[in-house]
Amino acid sequence: MASLDLGEMWEYRELLGFLAWRDVVVRYKQTAAGVLWAFIRPFLTMVIFTVVFGRIAKLPAEGVPYAVLTFTALLPWQFFATAFGETAMSIVGNGYMITKIYFPRLILPLASIAVGAVDSVVSFLFLFGIMAYYRVAPSPHIWALPLFVLLCLVFTVGLGLWFAALYVKYRDVRHFIPFVTQLGMYVSPVAFSSTIVPERWRLLYSLNPMVAVIDGTRWSLLGTANLYAPGVVAGCVVSVVLLVTGVIYFKQTERIFADVI
Amino acid sequence: MADLIVAQGVGKLYRLGEATAYRVLRERLAEMLKAPFRRREAVAANEVLWALKDVDFTIGESEVVGLIGKNGAGKSTLLKILSRITEPTEGRIDLYGKVSSLLEVGIGFHPELSGRENVYLNGAILGMARQEIRRKFDEIVAFAEVERFLDTPVKRYSSGMYVRLAFAVAAHLDPDILIVDEVLAVGDAAFQQKCLGKMRDIRAQGRTVVVVSHAMSTISSLCQKVIWLDAGRVRMIGDTAKVVSAYLSEGAKREISWSPRVKEPFPFNYDVVYVARGDTGESIDPIPADVPADVVLEFTIDQPLPPGRVLLRVATESGEVLFTSTSADGLTTHAHEWTIGKHRFRCRIPPSLLAPGVYHVSVTEPRGGYDIIRDNILSFTISEEGSLVARDARAGRIAPLLEWENNGRT
Repeated sequence: MASLDLGEMWEYRELLGFLAWRDVVVRYKQTAAGVLWAFIRPFLTMVIFTVVFGRIAKLPAEGVPYAVLTFTALLPWQFFATAFGETAMSIVGNGYMITKIYFPRLILPLASIAVGAVDSVVSFLFLFGIMAYYRVAPSPHIWALPLFVLLCLVFTVGLGLWFAALYVKYRDVRHFIPFVTQLGMYVSPVAFSSTIVPERWRLLYSLNPMVAVIDGTRWSLLGTANLYAPGVVAGCVVSVVLLVTGVIYFKQTERIFADVI
Repeated sequence: MADLIVAQGVGKLYRLGEATAYRVLRERLAEMLKAPFRRREAVAANEVLWALKDVDFTIGESEVVGLIGKNGAGKSTLLKILSRITEPTEGRIDLYGKVSSLLEVGIGFHPELSGRENVYLNGAILGMARQEIRRKFDEIVAFAEVERFLDTPVKRYSSGMYVRLAFAVAAHLDPDILIVDEVLAVGDAAFQQKCLGKMRDIRAQGRTVVVVSHAMSTISSLCQKVIWLDAGRVRMIGDTAKVVSAYLSEGAKREISWSPRVKEPFPFNYDVVYVARGDTGESIDPIPADVPADVVLEFTIDQPLPPGRVLLRVATESGEVLFTSTSADGLTTHAHEWTIGKHRFRCRIPPSLLAPGVYHVSVTEPRGGYDIIRDNILSFTISEEGSLVARDARAGRIAPLLEWENNGRT
């Protein structure tokens, strides 16, 4: 098994920074709204979800305005969807670099998280605006938010590494990625509260780490319902397993990247 | 002198065929269903190719080594292994020192980013630290001659500017071992000279360089030692002059001629058109630079035709016309009498005139009142064998052997 070689990664940390910066700059160059897009997309989604699930389907909102409930979930979801998509495409998308020069390949998927991260920070600021508008005070659990951010990061990178490496060998992956990011949104409690899932299915449902991430984000920001602890544990276990196996698979496959791309 | 690169029994196996480049999951699943227990690693021998096999060599400190060979000989594969882009299938290569590879200039350049931004990005990809780039920034920009366009997105650059900037970053690398692919073959002639100068500087600084080039002039002027790869194996290794001349004299002896299949009704019917060595009359390609090259045209005229002349145009590979010559140049009149029957023209291009390279020949023939141009009906190559350019990598479209006189102190 190839070693992780953290020393080498450290040597290349500036490249990681430059690539991340490139992705962010290029994404918003020549766009009129610029980085506002990071807010516009989740905002419009929030409006639709609030109307469809809140007003028409009248799903429970855990005692907060439906718009706030949805937008809080859209934050981590949007991060996951963007960062996962970018990570999964990072190796094939930068194939010309892989065949022309050496650098630790792990840099590419890691750098592509930056785009999602910048978007999230922007929409996070808007979340406070929305909360102020609806007069929802941040909950005292807000200290726990960084932990759920970390969980989200671990899951995203873990799954992203798997897909990035698989995509090099199997081009089917490209067709599969939209399923994860689109259907996943309806499977995860983005547009609704996970309290509507029957109690006996709750643990099974929580095998999707985004359930723990979203519930945790809502809990720490809005103070909604009690956190379902076994679900959080399940989410953490799944995420860590994905990350560890993802790194191992990636390191094993990276030797053939240049030959196969 | 310590060895910086040691290659032992290096081999690289590639699987052929599209299915092996990348695989479709469905196929893989179908295979597994059909034969669940078969080992899937077994591949028939005819589906694999040893791009390199049993390659051994050592390269010492501050040696400049050229890598030559025909297309497909394994040069690129060896470069990729030396640059750590891919791993050898067998054997090993040990590299001692910081390696920088330039298989292409401008890797990671993004069209939307400005020249300044791309310098930093590209520098980082090439392994330069931010501090180092900042220190060399002005030098890089001056070398590329793009001062005025630093904050313009590179997508608005001319291709020349783009390449100059890309090369400038690369030229300011500071590695122990530099691995270069024919990046010199970019830019205009003046810039190429500048690049070559930079390469000599790098050599003068005592760095170890491995360079791949098809231009024997570059190889001869830069390298002390040459590795000749042939079909994935080391064919010859050693002193530059010796290996280069062995390589050139083996140059592909392919015959070149153009024989128009369809007889055209009027009025020149070409039988054959070819280029031959002037000394032996042998129709081969390439032709050594120090022997005359004959362009031979044979055609039949079967209808009466007003007097006229045949015009020959020789252009460089890039299409620039080098000179025009007509069949009536040596005559006092401007025309030949076209008698009905066979005609044979031979135009001799003197030895030691053309620089090594590929040339295209166009023929203009009179058709009674107007001319017909047959563009690029054939091309030929002047090899570096016996060329002044191969001797010292001089600049110029032509490389004529001129007469010099030295009358002492008068």
